[in-house]
Amino acid sequence: MKEILSVQSLKKYFSAKGGDSLKAVDDVSFSVREGDVFGLVGESGCGKSTLARLILRLIIPTDGRIVFDGMSVADAHGETLSKIRRGLQIIFQDPFASLNPRKRIIDAIGEALIVNKLAQRAEVKDKVAELLAKVGLNGSTLYKYPHELSGGQRQRICIARALSVNPKLIVADEPLSALDVSIQAQIINLLEDLHRASNLSFVFISHNLQVIEHFTDMVAVMYLGKIVEMSPTEAFFREPLHPYTEALLSAVPVPEVDRQRKRIILEGDVPSPLHIPSGCPFHPRCPKRFEPCDKIVPVLKEARKGRVVSCLLWE
Amino acid sequence: MSEHMNTWKSENLLLTKDLKVIFKTNAVSITAVDGVSFRIGEEDVLGLVGESGCGKTLSALSIMRLLPPNASLSGKILYKGEDLLTKNESELRKIRGRDIAMIFQEPMTSLNPVFTVGYQIAEVLMTHKAMSKKDAMKEAAGLLKAVKIPSPEVRVKEYPHQLSGGMRQRIMIAMAIACNPSFLIADEPTTALDVTIQAQILELLSSLKQEHKMSLLLITQDLGIIAEWAKRVAIMYAGRIVEEADVREIFINPRHPYTIGLLESLPKRRGRKLSPIPGQVPGLSELPQGCKFSTRCRYIIKECLNKEPELIPIDNAHHLSRCIRAKEL
Ligand SMILES: Nc1ncnc2c1ncn2[C@@H]1O[C@H](COP(=O)(O)OP(=O)(O)OP(=O)(O)O)[C@@H](O)[C@H]1O
Ligand SMILES: Nc1ncnc2c1ncn2[C@@H]1O[C@H](COP(=O)(O)OP(=O)(O)OP(=O)(O)O)[C@@H](O)[C@H]1O
Ligand code: SF4
Ligand SMILES: [Mg+2]
Ligand SMILES: [Mg+2]
Repeated sequence: MKEILSVQSLKKYFSAKGGDSLKAVDDVSFSVREGDVFGLVGESGCGKSTLARLILRLIIPTDGRIVFDGMSVADAHGETLSKIRRGLQIIFQDPFASLNPRKRIIDAIGEALIVNKLAQRAEVKDKVAELLAKVGLNGSTLYKYPHELSGGQRQRICIARALSVNPKLIVADEPLSALDVSIQAQIINLLEDLHRASNLSFVFISHNLQVIEHFTDMVAVMYLGKIVEMSPTEAFFREPLHPYTEALLSAVPVPEVDRQRKRIILEGDVPSPLHIPSGCPFHPRCPKRFEPCDKIVPVLKEARKGRVVSCLLWE
Repeated sequence: MSEHMNTWKSENLLLTKDLKVIFKTNAVSITAVDGVSFRIGEEDVLGLVGESGCGKTLSALSIMRLLPPNASLSGKILYKGEDLLTKNESELRKIRGRDIAMIFQEPMTSLNPVFTVGYQIAEVLMTHKAMSKKDAMKEAAGLLKAVKIPSPEVRVKEYPHQLSGGMRQRIMIAMAIACNPSFLIADEPTTALDVTIQAQILELLSSLKQEHKMSLLLITQDLGIIAEWAKRVAIMYAGRIVEEADVREIFINPRHPYTIGLLESLPKRRGRKLSPIPGQVPGLSELPQGCKFSTRCRYIIKECLNKEPELIPIDNAHHLSRCIRAKEL
């Protein structure tokens, strides 16, 4: 199948106090097949949003390459660039920060439609109302300003705006966490329908592992700027390979009462990307570490068919 | 209103009665919170769940007396027996942050981009605990450690945009717990956190609850968090509480069609289509007569449209539902 996105040895280092560099994204490679949903999970601060912003060309990589639909994102200009801009949309983690406070909803979304020649001025109202209905908002929202809406309503506006230009790939950074479970279900069904009908692809960042399990085809786990496990979704949840993944899956809060469960508690401090531990970066907290883990750096290797993991247990 | 809600009990730390938040825009007025009453005892955890836009944040902001200027608020908010609605701004400023604190839903809009995060936390300590700047900054670093931010000494000197979404959220948490409040409102406190850190943060809040006898109003959409951490749960829809019960009851014996719908919406098995509640919440100015959930309810009968059902006890005094068919569900 065709690849819609390919990320090759991508790096983003921020400069920190005292000339140190903070390796937010460090040598990340993966690809997304057209029509697939690629899930990205990992510890808070491990570099997921940075990766999303790199893909969207909102920040410049320190090194590496991003190819979208056959076009190199870094070199694009002119017509190619506007094709990328239309084809590649983002839904941000913080919906309020990504909406213009002085624009009514109809204008915020309508503008995207007009600029991209997807609607005549006279049709804007109906088109925007139709998009809002898709994300479960009623017509009274059209003339509101962002501050008049709740957090979840604002996030749905951002989703509607991303959908408005008929993109090929949506990078969604925590798109559902502000929504109640019923609307989450409505939106996942909507995204699934779109994904089936128009072969829309996703890079889907989420801390909600139930949603990841339900919605994605592939999952990658990041830890301190690196991918430590990548696998087709079903196998991933059936049998997590990396000790960090095991701990992560065991910590998911389950919406059931009267259930005894074994949670793997990670000992030790959460490591800092400013002082990445020696050897395996996960070793100070790993319940399964053994002799060489603090000395040898594991690399991402195939451990099962179609599944890669970076852990010395699997080498 | 039902009888038991009116009785004041000394162990109630916070009690709201008939809260109403009304927005006047142009000609229309919109009632965004309509008659919300709940009570929270010492060391209690009340979970507040509900449709996005149903008024959870506004209810919380009412308690903080931090509603937007175009909102008008009525009802009673009794904190340790004193009505917060009768307090003036300078009295409120003393209570806020010290006795009652809130973790806000959207960290990026609540943090000031031009100050370091350490300074913003220190400011709370300087205001309420009269600490020197030097001590306050040191304490701020300690708080960052408590909320599991790595390299706290470095991070205190950073600005909000240099932090990840989850770190900003933890800055908000550090600010809120800085003065050991006795009542903490946590509005979606862990949505930006991965589940391992989320568990550690909830563990931290839970230990504060015991050590400092803190009570918690926990607003979240995550029914998993509710199941594991809340003692009682209030479910809201269109500005009202529609069901309130102990957490076990909510999960094994839900008695409002909206609650039932929420539980059914949860992702279950892979490959199966999810079953959300059909339709969408009507706009606040277009709410139906009678039961406000009636436009989406599969249990609807003629009588539902006559008059709005009251929030009343069903099987026992502790399980309340606002549905005339609650007993049959
Ligand atoms: N300043 C305002 N002017 C007019 N209406 C407002 C204003 N602020 C909020 N509202 C409306 O009040 C309702 C309740 O908002 P609130 O923020 O309390 O919802 P919420 O339950 O916290 O939702 P979410 O889960 O999405 O955060 C929403 O329908 C919103 O549109
Ligand atoms: N503009 C910036 N300047 C300096 N450091 C930054 C900047 N943006 C991000 N970082 C750092 O890069 C690292 C990764 O941040 P990122 O926002 O990508 O994390 P994340 O995985 O999205 O986390 P979360 O789940 O909490 O949103 C963090 O240590 C963060 O402090
Ligand atoms: S390499 Fe060692 S420390 Fe790292 S995850 Fe595997 S067992 Fe744990
Ligand atoms: Mg992020
Ligand atoms: Mg809210």
